[in-house]
Amino acid sequence: MAETDVGFWGVVIAVLGGAIRVGTPFLFVSLGECLTERSGRINLGLEGNLIMGAMAGYAVSYYSQSPWLGVAVAGGTGLLLGAIHALLCQHPRVNHIAVGIALMIFATGVAFFLGKPFIQPSAPQLPSIGLGGWSDSPVVRAALDINALFFLGLLLVPALHWFLKYARWGLMVRVAGENANAALALGYKVKQIRLLATMFGGMLASIGGAYLSLYYPGSWNEGLSSGQGLMAVALVIFARWNPIYCLWASLLFGGAAALGPSLQSIGISWGYFLFNAAPYVLTLGIMIATSSAKQTLAGMPGEFVK
Amino acid sequence: MKSKITWDSTPNLPTGSSRISRRELVKKIGAGSILAASGTLSADLLAAGKVNMGFIYVGSRDDFGYNQAHFEGKSGVTSLSWVKAVDEELVPESIEVEKTMESMIHLDGTKVLFPTSFGYFDPHILKLAPKYPDVTFLHCGGLWDSAKHPKNVGSYFGYIDEAVYLSGIVAGHMSKTGKLGYIAAIPIPQVLRNINAFTLGAQTVNSNATTNVVFTGGWAKPVQEAESANSMVDQGVDVLTCHVDSPKVVIETAEKRGVYSCGYHTNNAPLAPKGFLTGAEWNWSSVYQMYAKLIAEEAAIPNLVRGGLKEGIVKSSPYGSSVSAAAKANADAARAKLMAGGFSIFSGEIKDNKGNVVIPSGKSYAQTDIWLESMDWLVAGVIGST
Repeated sequence: MAETDVGFWGVVIAVLGGAIRVGTPFLFVSLGECLTERSGRINLGLEGNLIMGAMAGYAVSYYSQSPWLGVAVAGGTGLLLGAIHALLCQHPRVNHIAVGIALMIFATGVAFFLGKPFIQPSAPQLPSIGLGGWSDSPVVRAALDINALFFLGLLLVPALHWFLKYARWGLMVRVAGENANAALALGYKVKQIRLLATMFGGMLASIGGAYLSLYYPGSWNEGLSSGQGLMAVALVIFARWNPIYCLWASLLFGGAAALGPSLQSIGISWGYFLFNAAPYVLTLGIMIATSSAKQTLAGMPGEFVK
Repeated sequence: MKSKITWDSTPNLPTGSSRISRRELVKKIGAGSILAASGTLSADLLAAGKVNMGFIYVGSRDDFGYNQAHFEGKSGVTSLSWVKAVDEELVPESIEVEKTMESMIHLDGTKVLFPTSFGYFDPHILKLAPKYPDVTFLHCGGLWDSAKHPKNVGSYFGYIDEAVYLSGIVAGHMSKTGKLGYIAAIPIPQVLRNINAFTLGAQTVNSNATTNVVFTGGWAKPVQEAESANSMVDQGVDVLTCHVDSPKVVIETAEKRGVYSCGYHTNNAPLAPKGFLTGAEWNWSSVYQMYAKLIAEEAAIPNLVRGGLKEGIVKSSPYGSSVSAAAKANADAARAKLMAGGFSIFSGEIKDNKGNVVIPSGKSYAQTDIWLESMDWLVAGVIGST
């Protein structure tokens, strides 16, 4: 590949650019799930939120010609789905894993049904911010053309970290997640805390979905999500329920997803099925590396240990 | 029961004949004679009942891709007043498709089924066909084998590589870097044949043209497709095309990155108003109308139907605004040769991209040659491996 001007650097740039492009939905879903799980609930339905958000965001952007209104409505569907999950789960002996799976299938079905008319039309897309103006290389400029939602996600990371660590409400969320009985003894309304945490988490996941349909890859169809919502849930576990680790993990996953295509486009064509599987191999690898028969994972909310 | 049928302007159509050979049939589609008779069936037939057809798609019927192409074909027959057609989309290649077929047979009274996805054939169609001997199962993909398969099953397919070859010629003209990009799902013969035809077309105008190939590993992987498109543009590729279920993401990403694109399956021009060059499209409505007429006149239905540009089963999308006059002239000249017949895309000497001679000089494979349907190599100039 001597004749290419970018050559192998292309792979590096593609992986770094891909980390941001592909990683952004992981970031939103994992931050949302992080908050929900810290309150003591697991919402496996976020894959459904993601797809619902993608559909709703695209449809609203198409009708209103305003992609930001699309993001807002997508967030709204996430609040609603989160509320359904929380309200169902607050009844005694309701299994939150089962409810999550049911909601995932429900939301996916509704999104496919309502999304039928929006597969063909092209909706206005979210704007991006070009940070590559300093470079003469169109390749670098394209990689640094970063979507505004990514910056929003980037701001959320320290905000959520601070919230969970120092804010009074954040501490209430954590108490609810560590020991519901203690929270009740302190007079906190655990159901209400979990309701709000699940709703907010659902909203973030749906905004991640809107990113898929309104920016990258930037169109709505039934095959849009290839399990990003589910992978992000796994990602929270090895991010140890820490928002800052969620950021790194999302970027790692995004970069891993970009590896296969970029290696092939410089002519390294062996083993592409293996490289395409990189994010999943990574998930398994980290799960195995961090598992232990003797102790629970550091950072796991106490409510899950029971 | 034999219906009386009167045909306008079709002197060479054998009225009431019980058998039309495949060769005759293909000739007739080519001449457009069957199509010309559209809508001229007599009232006798209308009284005798409608032709009842059922179509099944694996994806969305409006995905700008494979399934939409079949849906457009179905729309082509529903426009005929004497045809009743039902369809169902998003039917998985599993026992689901058997349920769909049976419900079309029992509830809609469908007599001819068109399960269009590759994976519907074996075992699903082969399982149901002996159970319903009075129903005809026509599968898109060309897997029917007279020795092995039931007689009420047939298959049809188009030589779309002819249209892809023309896209390649236009791409070769318009590319400034000489680097073309092909985003493909998985390395099966049909896909490899298109990649090779595209590259050979481009090399007729620029002998140094190369095609970068990325296999995404699946028919619908939007994120991988977008990543592949971006990576290839980063590597200097300035014309992109694809062979995946829905070309929407690839064509739109090409437009966003400001490079040219060639469509696939359907007319993709609306997805890239600036950079769209041309594309390879299916023209299933001609095939489905042909079948509808054979059924209406109770002629025997051929088990195998194939054809390319000449037979009207595939076509090229109209040229985009940026295509140069020279590119159009070259592509049109090649089209004329393909339409005239006798011209072969795969004629020697052709080397694969590992340096082996796969078609020696002087040897030429006609489009219909079955050898081409087991293609497992990529021509020299393709960067990638199967």
